[in-house]
Amino acid sequence: MSHIILAIVIGAAFGFVLDRVGATNPGYIISMLRLGNLHLMKTILLAIGVSSVIMFAGLMAGIIDPGHLDIKAAYLGVFIGGALLGVGFAAAGYCPGTGLAAAATGRKDALFFTAGGLLGAAAYMGHFAWVENTGVLESIAGGKTTLGKISGTEYPALFEAVSGETIGIIMGLVFIAVAFALPARLRGEGAAERNAHSHSRTADAVKR
Amino acid sequence: MVLNWKTGGVLLGLVFLMAVVMVKPIGVSTQFVIFDGIVWDTVNPDVVVEQPEAKSGYASPNAYLNKSGGKYAKNVANPLNYSFIFVLAMIAGAGLSAFLRGGVDRAERTMPAIWRANFGESPWKRYAMAFAGGFIVLYGARLAGGCTSGHMMSGMMQTALSGYIFAAGAFAAGIPVAMYLYSKEA
Repeated sequence: MSHIILAIVIGAAFGFVLDRVGATNPGYIISMLRLGNLHLMKTILLAIGVSSVIMFAGLMAGIIDPGHLDIKAAYLGVFIGGALLGVGFAAAGYCPGTGLAAAATGRKDALFFTAGGLLGAAAYMGHFAWVENTGVLESIAGGKTTLGKISGTEYPALFEAVSGETIGIIMGLVFIAVAFALPARLRGEGAAERNAHSHSRTADAVKR
Repeated sequence: MVLNWKTGGVLLGLVFLMAVVMVKPIGVSTQFVIFDGIVWDTVNPDVVVEQPEAKSGYASPNAYLNKSGGKYAKNVANPLNYSFIFVLAMIAGAGLSAFLRGGVDRAERTMPAIWRANFGESPWKRYAMAFAGGFIVLYGARLAGGCTSGHMMSGMMQTALSGYIFAAGAFAAGIPVAMYLYSKEA
């Protein structure tokens, strides 16, 4: 029962924040992928970084239960499926979570996205046995692998000798640093001026 | 008005953290399968059956619902589980947020401005693309075993190798497709 209450609280918080950061607006997602506005990219990278640093610090301090971690298996289909998702993500401007959330904000195109998603998931249910036969679902690199060895878990590590918690904190800091380092945009108006700023000689040349 | 990336990023990060601290990492796309399963099982009750020998206690003639000892079959039979309620609450939370900020513009509700700038006003063109996009996104997410929340965010947050592989695939395909389709800025 308490799990249901947590589902309601955390789920609602997730949906609320997704909307407030602009993730329910497909314009932001499309602009991120076409590199015209990196607002969401910076938001996501910072979110991964912040959650990662605190989570691994909490694991290290023994105040977070390592049993709560859930590492998904690595297999070739992860890349292929990721690429397929990327195509639809770019075309529609929604991913599964933001599509549902956007439909709730009143976006009608998100309802069509959701309907397509339900059909796509059903198609995969129908194809699963065939997909499994192709071998793309077979684990690679140990399967549920993490970068370093996380204590209290059985997950294999890419670097067994290294502390998974330490790598986790370092990776988290890297994500935060990248979030700060990325410019607001890489293409379109403003991007050129911005680049020009950091290379003032080129800027003068451009202005002339 | 959206939150700036610093405030938004910290808040979003805290939600992902809260999920792991209290229960488990966030994931969404599996619930599309569970919803499909519930509908399918309503039409045809043989889709999910109780089976004491199965690890989960449930089985399905569908290989996908039946995988991992009938894990999905069990969730179809018992939709009041954490992950399914989580997604319903996410929908409600987003709806509440939009309501409190005064909702989405009428024109935006049909299509985002960047779509209009590139493809014009026809709503059905946009709906068709959104539908096709949804199909590919969920097919891909199920093949990958997770989506943007489960693989990219929760995965990379936990330094899961699969999370990096997923993100590489998603951006390697997503960036060129977005640049090609949306050549004009909104």
